[in-house]
Amino acid sequence: MRRYSILALARNALGYHEGWERAWRAPEPKPEYDAIIVGGGGHGLATAYYLAKEHGITNVAVLEKGWLGGGNTGRNTTIVRSNYLWDESAALYEHSLKIWEGLSQELNYNVMFSQRGVMNLAHNLHDLRELKRRAHANRLNGIDCDFLSREQVGEYCPLINLSPDIRHPVLGATLQRRGGVARHDAVAWGFARAADARGVDIIQNCEVTGILREGGRVTGVETSRGTIRAKKIGLVTAGHSSVLAGMAGIRLPVESHPLQALVSEPVKPILDTVVMSNTVHAYVSQSDKGEMVIGAGIDPYVSYSQRGGFNVVQDTLHAIVEMFPMFSRLRMLRQWGGIVDTCPDASPILSKTPIEGLYINCGWGTGGFKATPGSGHVFAHTIARDEPHPLNAPFSLERFTTGRLVDEHGAAAVAH
Amino acid sequence: MLTIPCPWCGERDVHEFRSGGEAHLKRESRTDNLSDAEWADFLFLRANPKGEHAERWYHVHGCRRWFNAVRNTHTDTILAVYKPGEAKSEVSQ
Ligand SMILES: Cc1cc2nc3c(=O)[nH]c(=O)nc-3n(C[C@H](O)[C@H](O)[C@H](O)COP(=O)(O)OP(=O)(O)OC[C@H]3O[C@@H](n4cnc5c(N)ncnc54)[C@H](O)[C@@H]3O)c2cc1C
Ligand SMILES: [Zn+2]
Repeated sequence: MRRYSILALARNALGYHEGWERAWRAPEPKPEYDAIIVGGGGHGLATAYYLAKEHGITNVAVLEKGWLGGGNTGRNTTIVRSNYLWDESAALYEHSLKIWEGLSQELNYNVMFSQRGVMNLAHNLHDLRELKRRAHANRLNGIDCDFLSREQVGEYCPLINLSPDIRHPVLGATLQRRGGVARHDAVAWGFARAADARGVDIIQNCEVTGILREGGRVTGVETSRGTIRAKKIGLVTAGHSSVLAGMAGIRLPVESHPLQALVSEPVKPILDTVVMSNTVHAYVSQSDKGEMVIGAGIDPYVSYSQRGGFNVVQDTLHAIVEMFPMFSRLRMLRQWGGIVDTCPDASPILSKTPIEGLYINCGWGTGGFKATPGSGHVFAHTIARDEPHPLNAPFSLERFTTGRLVDEHGAAAVAH
Repeated sequence: MLTIPCPWCGERDVHEFRSGGEAHLKRESRTDNLSDAEWADFLFLRANPKGEHAERWYHVHGCRRWFNAVRNTHTDTILAVYKPGEAKSEVSQ
């Protein structure tokens, strides 16, 4: 891998930018690997990268049915934060946030991580209590979190409508200043390039259609490009997790829902932070291009349509316009949906399975982008050592039988 | 899926309905007889298919009655609706 640098930029400028090498190879699948990762989203690519980097397992393939990041990784609103309530989640998301802080350097790829702050609004007494409780819990876990009064919200983000007589008045907010946004595609591409440089084969347009097993352990996968064998297989397919687990006869406590987002026409910089509201179900930030990036609540029914209903968009925009009356004149440019895998306790599953050599990383639902690097890091450990990293041990499949749920519905920001 | 045909009221805007999740789940009346795994199965495990799904809907802003539907979750096409107590329709094999 030729490193990106200011010198490389200058050198290539002299050659009219015709000399850049491909960011990753496009190899033919080999008949066998030491490990296969199914799903070329951020989590799958990060897993492959850390398998190679931390565990010396480089004979690895990432199999992606479409294109890299074409799932939720390339469809999300890119909010990164770690202000979760319980110790288990706080530790996992904070582990990830720490990696984000050095990720562009580590990958030699600009993921445009911008720590512009993430504000969570309170609109009623219950919200206030809930957010204060979470702020205290965050601080006990060493995670930065400020509580802002209504007036401080106005100082920090003057655009917000602070009128007391709107349907959901703003009464205060938490602010995680280290939170922010990143460039979603760059995260997929950066991990892909860095994994490829360490020998990982990244294979696109390769759909897994079956999981091969012998005597209770995995032996490989059937794909649209033939049979590929491996003794270790990690499933990292987000919205399609139930489909993939079903190929191995495993039922999951996961449901797949559309989650929609939309962007406005680009305007001059006017919003320099991320604003989220659980109660009215809307969140917004401004992209570097100037578009307002707006996220909705999930469509409430199970669906794989990657589309979602218009009424959900309408509800979200009602909320956005009440919070930011001046946005009412913005025209929306694009709208899309991704299929998110929601768990009953709004926490992910990073786990071994009843089948030897088969591992699953799913259930991130509406909020897994922020966890991409940390999730890949601990999941690689789980696959390489055949036992969970201490940070993901609480996020096993068994917790639904033992009852040790990690209920993060309050922190998850999108209700389901 | 912009509209849903309520078996009592006819075709109405999707906004009038609330989704009730997978249909035909059976709750054991003596839950203390269940093992932890069986109880977890009832509480948490769902079919979540990419394809035909039997599910419950509630016409909350209409007749306020529950009913069942079979929908293709890939295309969001509703294949059949039927009233509670009626058998899962012939459409779904
Ligand atoms: C609209 C929207 C907004 C969101 N906003 C945020 C946010 O602000 N902050 C946040 O933290 N999270 C957010 N999320 C959630 C976040 O996007 C996801 O949790 C995260 O990106 C999941 O990453 P992943 O790599 O696991 O999944 P994905 O990126 O979906 O990757 C899974 C891949 O598996 C592939 N695949 C599926 N089936 C097969 C098969 N049979 N064979 C081979 N490959 C297969 C898919 O094509 C896909 O590329 C949002 C999601 C959406 C949809
Ligand atoms: Zn009705």
